[in-house]
Amino acid sequence: MNARALTAGERSGIVRDGLAVGLATGAYGIGFGAVSVASGLSVAQTCALSLLMFTGASQFALAGVVAAGGAPLSGAATALLLGTRNTLYGLRMAPVLQWRGWRRVAAAHVLIDESTAMSVNRDTTEGARLGFLTTGLSVFVLWNVATAIGAVAGEAVGDPRTYGLDAAVGAAFLALLWPRLKDRRNVVVGLLAALVALAVVPVTAPGVPVLAAGGVAVLAGVLARKPGPTEARPHPLGTDDAAGGER
Amino acid sequence: MWTAVLLACVGCYLLKLAGLSLPERVLSHPTVERVADLIPVALLAALVAVQVFAGGADGPALTLDARALGLGFAVVALLLRAPFLVVVVGASVVAALSRLV
Repeated sequence: MNARALTAGERSGIVRDGLAVGLATGAYGIGFGAVSVASGLSVAQTCALSLLMFTGASQFALAGVVAAGGAPLSGAATALLLGTRNTLYGLRMAPVLQWRGWRRVAAAHVLIDESTAMSVNRDTTEGARLGFLTTGLSVFVLWNVATAIGAVAGEAVGDPRTYGLDAAVGAAFLALLWPRLKDRRNVVVGLLAALVALAVVPVTAPGVPVLAAGGVAVLAGVLARKPGPTEARPHPLGTDDAAGGER
Repeated sequence: MWTAVLLACVGCYLLKLAGLSLPERVLSHPTVERVADLIPVALLAALVAVQVFAGGADGPALTLDARALGLGFAVVALLLRAPFLVVVVGASVVAALSRLV
């Protein structure tokens, strides 16, 4: 990880990207608030999830299981299983962010898909920290505000599908995945993972398909013989830059 | 319900903190490194697939609806190197419009 200082242009670019992600992800918090209340959780429980759990997929999973008639504790178990991917993100991010003590304890709360994605490919420590913080904090603030609005407005907000918000989530995940698809092995793993997830959707509880797809990554990583494209270089985390990323 | 909510909240936070706190050498094994590299790819791809083709209004079955059109827009926009917001907002606008038709 490079200790080089950022130029003003790089800084504002990273901040702008982080805020954009926060806005896009946060807006979907309205959907979570509405879905969660419709699933049978109270407004307070819904807001507690966004404030304290703060990892969207797990929150949706918990609400989804409860809505489908599952026991609250099995909803919690599904949320925890989905939350394990944040542990893997943490393993990747610790050497990138290089935070210790209370900073690490605080940073852990905003360690989510988006903050990881907007930080892991930066080529300086400062850039990684800035991307992580601006994305993490803007998502946190907007996600919680939007959750409260969605929960309170409840049915008045109506079906999030009316605004195509359900399609926005898939598009957002694809946009986050896109830069990684320059590597052919990632394309193969991504396609396999998507197929595995879809194959088990009809027979498993919400949340499990994504975990099953994580198994594809583990299997592919264990079985692959030759070193991955990122392992031959001094720092293993600069995938997208080396592949000709946008910056 | 509160017990489940709070347990899951605490557990999810500890999972995050564990990731940041485990020793760096956990990652230094080539296999672990390779897996850690592939995990986000697999999870994001699966999230795309599940968000777009699973469920909808009729429970946990696979469906093809306006969300697929939204994803189609996203692919085109990404191929044209459109910024993130254009991709995401455009996809929801396309999906919303197609539902009006």
